[in-house]
Amino acid sequence: MKQLLTGNEAIARGAWEAGATFAAAYPGTPSTEITENLAQYEEIYAEWAPNEKVALEVGIGAAMAGRRTIVSLKHVGLNVAADPFCTFSYTGTPTGFVLICADDPEMHSSQNEQDNRYYAKLAKVPLLEPSDSQEALDAVKTAFDISENFDTPVLVITTTRVNHSRTIVNTGRRKRVKQKPFVQNPPKYVMVPAFARKRHKFVEERTAHLKEYSEKSPLNFIEKGSKEIGVVTSGVAYQYAKEVFPDASFLKLGMTNPLPEKLIRKFAKSVKKIYVIEELEPFLEDSIKALGIEVIGKSKLPVCGELNPDIIKNALVRRRRPHPVEDASGLPMRPPNLCAGCPHRGTYTALKPLKTIVFGDIGCYTLGVLPPLSMHDMCVCMGASIGVSHGYAKAAGKDAQKCVGVLGDSTFLHSGLTGVLEMAYNKGLNTVIILDNRTTAMTGGQEHAATGRTLQGDDTNAVDLVEVCKALGIKNTFRVDPFKIRETRKVIRRELAKDAPSVLISTAPCPLRAKIRHTPMFVDEAVCNECGGCLRINCPAITSSGGKPSINTFLCNGCTVCAQICPKKAIKVIKK
Amino acid sequence: MEKQDCNILIVGVGGQGNILAGKIISEAFVAEGYDVKQSEVHGMAQRGGAVSAHVRAGAKVYSPLIPETDADFILSFEQLETLRYLNYASRKTTVILNTLRSDPPSVAIGREEYPADVLEKIRKKTKKIITLDANSIAKELGTERVTNSVLVGCLAALLPLKKSVWGKMYRKFVKEKLVDINLKALEAGMELVGKS
Repeated sequence: MKQLLTGNEAIARGAWEAGATFAAAYPGTPSTEITENLAQYEEIYAEWAPNEKVALEVGIGAAMAGRRTIVSLKHVGLNVAADPFCTFSYTGTPTGFVLICADDPEMHSSQNEQDNRYYAKLAKVPLLEPSDSQEALDAVKTAFDISENFDTPVLVITTTRVNHSRTIVNTGRRKRVKQKPFVQNPPKYVMVPAFARKRHKFVEERTAHLKEYSEKSPLNFIEKGSKEIGVVTSGVAYQYAKEVFPDASFLKLGMTNPLPEKLIRKFAKSVKKIYVIEELEPFLEDSIKALGIEVIGKSKLPVCGELNPDIIKNALVRRRRPHPVEDASGLPMRPPNLCAGCPHRGTYTALKPLKTIVFGDIGCYTLGVLPPLSMHDMCVCMGASIGVSHGYAKAAGKDAQKCVGVLGDSTFLHSGLTGVLEMAYNKGLNTVIILDNRTTAMTGGQEHAATGRTLQGDDTNAVDLVEVCKALGIKNTFRVDPFKIRETRKVIRRELAKDAPSVLISTAPCPLRAKIRHTPMFVDEAVCNECGGCLRINCPAITSSGGKPSINTFLCNGCTVCAQICPKKAIKVIKK
Repeated sequence: MEKQDCNILIVGVGGQGNILAGKIISEAFVAEGYDVKQSEVHGMAQRGGAVSAHVRAGAKVYSPLIPETDADFILSFEQLETLRYLNYASRKTTVILNTLRSDPPSVAIGREEYPADVLEKIRKKTKKIITLDANSIAKELGTERVTNSVLVGCLAALLPLKKSVWGKMYRKFVKEKLVDINLKALEAGMELVGKS
């Protein structure tokens, strides 16, 4: 059947058609919807793990139990899961195991744009790179077969433009795959040095076999065209390049580790000039150059950001521009913002006057970096706010400017627990604020281990964040209400003054996720002295015309943060 | 029948229903036998950021992104956002411009000015401009939430697709109780362009 599917929908469909029955993931843009879609198939059991490392390990367990398994994560998530990933390559897998990794060139929603194709070389596993939804569906099915035929986990790398584009897909039927019983085999699966040395040799042999497969695989193919220009390409860059060079010869690589060296040499002989067109790093280019083949790639094409037909055209084809390209840089920007009614705005409003250094983290609350809130001094990776604030406070000393670490509830459960343990163990001096909005908000509101619901929405155990932090050894663990500004500020000030580690849990549900809507507020013009204080909390519902603030009742969520900071008490609840 | 290439850029602000509009337009082309690719970045859509969607239809489509100056239509949900994407416009482009003005945060708090000459700047690119107050039209029909369908209606009147396909798409992709009001909005948009 012909369907218009996003790459993520197609990946889920591909796994289902391949007979997969088990899925695990931690949400991360642009990969989140893969697992949300997998959970829609009744034959597939899917779960949110607290982080990517756990998700991958859970997946390994499912494969050991004999079920075809798919684990999905975003590029930086594979950093978290790299430890099991690199050794799972040695053990191999008794049943099909596919790891989907969504890279994010251009950093549409990420903190870096690392090229994860290098992970395939690092872990010595086969790598597939689909370029649209149809290829994504087919790649997942092929990946399961490669996984079982060669005893290896298979990495499938997509990019945002593949995950979040809709293209036409021919869907097929589901293959029934029987669950295999567990077979004990310690020399294969127990990676103590003596066994691992043997398995490393196996991995090298496997790579040699995979190289042969890559030469013949239909994933790698030549499209004959003009002999003047040959293009070697992979992923969505193939689609852009086809548009720019409709008459050129193409070597389209769908399997990019290990590379089909013979096929590349054959192609190189058939054309006069070779362009290697790929996003981010010269991953293909360096390997092709190492074969002694002259190519043009990153000397002309950018390493930074994503590609598009225009960038390729401007870099490789001289052309006269029909129109001067408009410069939009002078326009007022429209960055994403904390929503009206967001509890983070309350916590930040309480924290701001205390003039602390703020080490931030990965989540919606990172949006607080924008002026006029300007809350953050650093943001590195998931969970880093705790370790960084601990290290800073220890190194800067008791008399230095105070610091706090802020991170969300899902981020805390992802990789904050060990950081808090560190604070307790090494006599920390910092205060950490967990911005607990009861969901994984930035990726669209997924459940996690503290929400009390599974991916399917079933009731389950909800971890109590206060109890956890106390159990880890933080005596000064307190819950605060982000919508009670003065009280929250008082507690933060008190904890900052202590020569001991503290964790404050600022709890109120995300209004988008919990569908909360309080009565909107209005500005009483007769009382307002136009001091501008309410404008500095950066609420999308508050606007100003000639210095006069007013509140958009359609957007206002009635959270009262603006009313609490108004020195004239000019902001009031609309009476019904 | 020859399937002509058609590039549609949809621009606006998160939460305006522009992503659903993009999906319905794409599906309408699919239903009429076109190859279609649609791309959008929606990670920040809920949070009031700028949102754009590329819809490309034709006999065979490769890139999911429209090349610069190559948009046949720019369907704009908000004035200022049109200017942000004018590099996609040329003389061939028809701009459907919703006259809604939504102030970005820097304008809302008085730090920057909202550009005063939106229409003039578009005119330098193309003379084919349709302006309408889609929000008011939607409000008159009962709810501002169908603003997107009014705008889709304007575009639909200009596309080489059968009129009957739109009803089918709305029945397929919109919640049942909202189909009628959305179709009324679609009709209003179509009529508006038909008259002009």
